[in-house]
Amino acid sequence: MVCLNDKIGQPDIEQIPTRNGYGEGLLELGELDKRVVVLTADLAESTRADAFAKKFPERFIECGVAEQNMMGIAAGLALYGKIPFVSSYAVFSPGRSWDQLRVAVCYSQANVKIAGAHTGISVGPDGATHQALEDVAITRVLPNLTVVVPCDALEAKKTTLAAGKMQGPVYFRFAREKTPVMTIPETPFEVGKSYAMREGRDVAIIGSGPVLYNALLAATELEKEHISVMVVNNHTIKPIDAAGIISAARKCGAVVTLEEHQVMAGCGSAVCEVLARHCPVPVEMVGMPDTFGESGEPGELIEKYGMGKLAVIGAVKKVLARKAAPDFRQPPAILPKGAIVPIHPLPQHAPRRGRGRPRKYG
Amino acid sequence: MPVLSFNELKYKANDIRQDIIKMLLEAKSGHSAGPLGMAEIFTSLYFAVLNHDPKNPQWDGRDRLVLSCGHTNPVLYAALAEAGYFPKEELMTLRKLNSRLQGHPHNLSLPGVETTSGPLAQGTSQAVGMAYGLMMDRHKSQRVYLIMSDGEQEEGQTWEAAMFAGKYKLHNLTAIMDRNNIQIDGYTEDVMPLENLKAKYQAFNWHVLEVDGHNFREIIDACMEAKAIYEKPTLIIAHTIPGKGVDFMEYDYKWHGSPPDKDQAKTALAELRTLRGRISSEHQ
Repeated sequence: MVCLNDKIGQPDIEQIPTRNGYGEGLLELGELDKRVVVLTADLAESTRADAFAKKFPERFIECGVAEQNMMGIAAGLALYGKIPFVSSYAVFSPGRSWDQLRVAVCYSQANVKIAGAHTGISVGPDGATHQALEDVAITRVLPNLTVVVPCDALEAKKTTLAAGKMQGPVYFRFAREKTPVMTIPETPFEVGKSYAMREGRDVAIIGSGPVLYNALLAATELEKEHISVMVVNNHTIKPIDAAGIISAARKCGAVVTLEEHQVMAGCGSAVCEVLARHCPVPVEMVGMPDTFGESGEPGELIEKYGMGKLAVIGAVKKVLARKAAPDFRQPPAILPKGAIVPIHPLPQHAPRRGRGRPRKYG
Repeated sequence: MPVLSFNELKYKANDIRQDIIKMLLEAKSGHSAGPLGMAEIFTSLYFAVLNHDPKNPQWDGRDRLVLSCGHTNPVLYAALAEAGYFPKEELMTLRKLNSRLQGHPHNLSLPGVETTSGPLAQGTSQAVGMAYGLMMDRHKSQRVYLIMSDGEQEEGQTWEAAMFAGKYKLHNLTAIMDRNNIQIDGYTEDVMPLENLKAKYQAFNWHVLEVDGHNFREIIDACMEAKAIYEKPTLIIAHTIPGKGVDFMEYDYKWHGSPPDKDQAKTALAELRTLRGRISSEHQ
């Protein structure tokens, strides 16, 4: 287990929006590397690129409200030798600029860093149009792209610095609202390496982003009921830390995934892809339930759409019930090479009814 | 690169046209009309205008050529091979498995290919990005050459990039538009009227020139004029004949996206070798 902020769970824990971490990271990178340039599509202030713009005006590029062009320009700058950071809301970039991201950046392996701000339902009053809940899904399918979801402002800064030093395209997402700073500067951060925020035996909550705070709160609650919960920060969705996920699943025998993103094709799905192949334990998934959001206060929305502490507790109990069910066969600790382990008995085919010949269609 | 005489340029353009026909015949798919129409433009660029080194494709001091309309890549590949970026025999591997000559250009697959293109208008933004980068670093003599098609002007991104280039006065950018009036579904003015292109680009703060896209002197002169223009990017609208040099392909939009079959290729090559008697060729 790693060292975290000891104020977790207390009402006076420091709260900072993750986007601020991006802004600070950019400033530091700007000093470190003259090749770093920052682009924005009329959103310098709210993506926190404005501090960089003030300090390094000659390396800040205002593209106007044109995200597709911005992504293409970033690719051109990267192919020329710069390290461009593309700052916008995730619904626009990579939402609107996905084709440019796919071809000009990922296929070309252009060294572009894409910062998606205003992600998650917690964008709040702006409503569904501005709540990016699909960005991880559309980025993690792209070859050559690294996808990171930092959990707090500090981790966002670490992500920004790490992205600037890496060769190759990186996408990372931020949130608008203030969220608890769970980590401390000493908390280790390495792209592609998950870590346990809390150890436990009965169930592992594997998630990403600021909603992990709800997992930590839920774990504290569940401890009172003698349920021991492990919480894993799987900040890197791609390349996924398969070893870390398998080891957590093997230890606990049950997994709950958690993210502020559509429950399909995001962090949870990435975790399930690993588990289905290597360690099929029961999994419950907490995230946006395949629906669009709406306007409201961030806290209200998180509760309404089931990504809060209570939703996590419910999912933990459900997965524990499944884990305890007699028909669930535990996978062996180490799979023999090439083994296929049936978890459930194969479904029996119903006897065919009606005339003997199969019906022809068309 | 040695600069060629006008006669040598003509022969080179003819060679490139023949390469295009042979490549497309071998590949059995691909675009014919656009590449044939741009033979003089590419010949002018690679053999008279560009400052480049085929033996050192990543040379920092090079001019960059960005092909935005990636589907016309046979002409790019033929020109690169003729210039010495890779062996000419490799042209016959176009669109085949394990080939460096991808169906649409990929920067990491083949030396001399600066960007990946296929989805239209993306190259325009990338060329603009490169030109901006060169300006940032105050590399005054280096230029970016962008080749666009006319159909691609229908993409919104083209105009986003044009607006950006106008705002930042990217005078180190020369765009050449292959104005051949065809696209897959028909004639551009039927599919989506584009005119008045000159006035449109001028309104976006570009310097606009119009040339006969098959006249070496006009193309090269316009490229030289573009170098002398400060405070504005330059667009050269090159009026070309789609399928130029092959009688049955000329002006016919049906040849936009199809390759010749064996007999058609034979006829085309025979025509190209004499250019119907209009110019003599060393291949006769």
